[in-house]
Amino acid sequence: MSLKSIYGEILNEHNLRPMNKRELKDPTFTLEGKNPTCGDDIILQLKVNEEGIIEDGGFTGSGCAISQASADIMLDLIIGEKKERALELASKFMGMIKGEASEEDIEELDEAGILKDISHMPARVKCAVLGWHTLEEIFKEEDQKGF
Amino acid sequence: MSKSPYKKDFPIFENSSCIYLDSAATAQRPRQVIDAEREFNERLNANPLRGLYDLSMKATEAYESSREAVASFINAEKSEEIIFTRNATEGLNLLAYSYGLNFLSEEDEILTSVKEHHSNMLPWQMVAKKTGAKLRYLELSEDGSISEEELELKLTDRTRIVALLQVSNVLGSTEPIEKIVKLAHKKGAVVVVDGAQSVPHMKVDVRELDVDFLVFSGHKMMAPLGIGVLYGKKKLLSKMPPFLRGGEMIESVSLGGASFAELPHKFEAGTVNAQGAYGLKAAISYIEGIGFDKIREIEDGLCEMIFDGLSKLPYVHIQGSKDPYKHNGIVSFTIDGVHPHDIASILDGDGIAVRAGHHCAEPLMNYLGVQSTARASLYLYNDEEDVRAFLEKVKNVRRWLGLES
Repeated sequence: MSLKSIYGEILNEHNLRPMNKRELKDPTFTLEGKNPTCGDDIILQLKVNEEGIIEDGGFTGSGCAISQASADIMLDLIIGEKKERALELASKFMGMIKGEASEEDIEELDEAGILKDISHMPARVKCAVLGWHTLEEIFKEEDQKGF
Repeated sequence: MSKSPYKKDFPIFENSSCIYLDSAATAQRPRQVIDAEREFNERLNANPLRGLYDLSMKATEAYESSREAVASFINAEKSEEIIFTRNATEGLNLLAYSYGLNFLSEEDEILTSVKEHHSNMLPWQMVAKKTGAKLRYLELSEDGSISEEELELKLTDRTRIVALLQVSNVLGSTEPIEKIVKLAHKKGAVVVVDGAQSVPHMKVDVRELDVDFLVFSGHKMMAPLGIGVLYGKKKLLSKMPPFLRGGEMIESVSLGGASFAELPHKFEAGTVNAQGAYGLKAAISYIEGIGFDKIREIEDGLCEMIFDGLSKLPYVHIQGSKDPYKHNGIVSFTIDGVHPHDIASILDGDGIAVRAGHHCAEPLMNYLGVQSTARASLYLYNDEEDVRAFLEKVKNVRRWLGLES
């Protein structure tokens, strides 16, 4: 396992200066995600328009560099995308974390691809997926409400 | 002493280059303990306490001699006051279910502290909920200790159980158990001591302290995983009903009911972990061979070295007392700008094992105003080389995250 591939410039930049770490004024969805092993939590907010496009997103809360950077990178990827595309990326990300993603999938995940080696650090997997998992939960809850 | 003379006793250090600073979670095991377990499996194994043939009697003898070794180790009056459990957590649950649920009612109070491990908190929360008894928490002074005033304030005529740790798994602080017991007994309360972090590191004499119950885990004192101890005064254990029911804990059974075996078997339902107990006996003998004075000297010396090293780094903060001799080899710390999980992962990249998280003490974390901490913890096999490597690598943690060091 190369720690350098995770704790590198991209992760540090997103951890130290997360562009998407902010509260939205009028979010469509707000959901808290919790990592019970370390007590970390993030609150993910999304603004989704009638066509199902994620117009804006932000997160707040506290956590380790991996969870913070992962959430920030995720928002970079999904803002401007349709809900379906966001969920597709989430599923590819989860696949990558399990070590099951193809080279193409990892390429599609762009900066999130730096977290691919987390599959060798099982203790940190939950940190990396916290944002993505919360995203999936938001849309799962929405589906259950029958939108 | 740059390199520990004890390291050679621990095969794990031959097979792994890991610098192990997580003994408060679980200790490594010396060859003596591993050999004892093997001896049991290769020469003594049969179902203990039951068989009428030679091998089973040998297994029984190995198991019961381990009980005697534990009794003498903590200076219990009788070996039947020693109940083997899986770990400290099981001991505390046994007490909560058997003592708490049966002898407490809504007029009563249970007193514990905010710095307990969850395992000495959740069982009492359960007892309070089911019996209606009131659960009260001792709060801490600035240095993390429990003051006598706080004790006198919270200890009332209604207090039936005082459940306290002896050494904190986060702060490393030691509670004055003897004094607490005297105050509690004056009010008619029984005292349950969580010795998970104390028994491996100091002489704990149950008669001198006059504690009513003491629990600890074998694995934190170099015994195998899955063996623990509950000590209880005979007069208390005798009046308590069994916790688990089934085989090996009965006197006679009919379709209408059962009468239960004498102590200690009443509390040891099912086939027991005799090989673990036998390993614990070997661990006790290993500890006694070195002596607690020596263990203390090693831990205090290394702890002082950690304090000296970390105090040179202005962005590192140690939780608890400023005196390294008051830490029992446990140093919880934070680094400005770095989440403890990242500290642990980065140190892991350098082959150094420390714990990070809330250490099963979330209320204490809230009390200290931190979400979590990293923790380095020592035992007798650690040495200056370990600590030097740790201090060297801690210096680089912030740089890994793109911060100035």
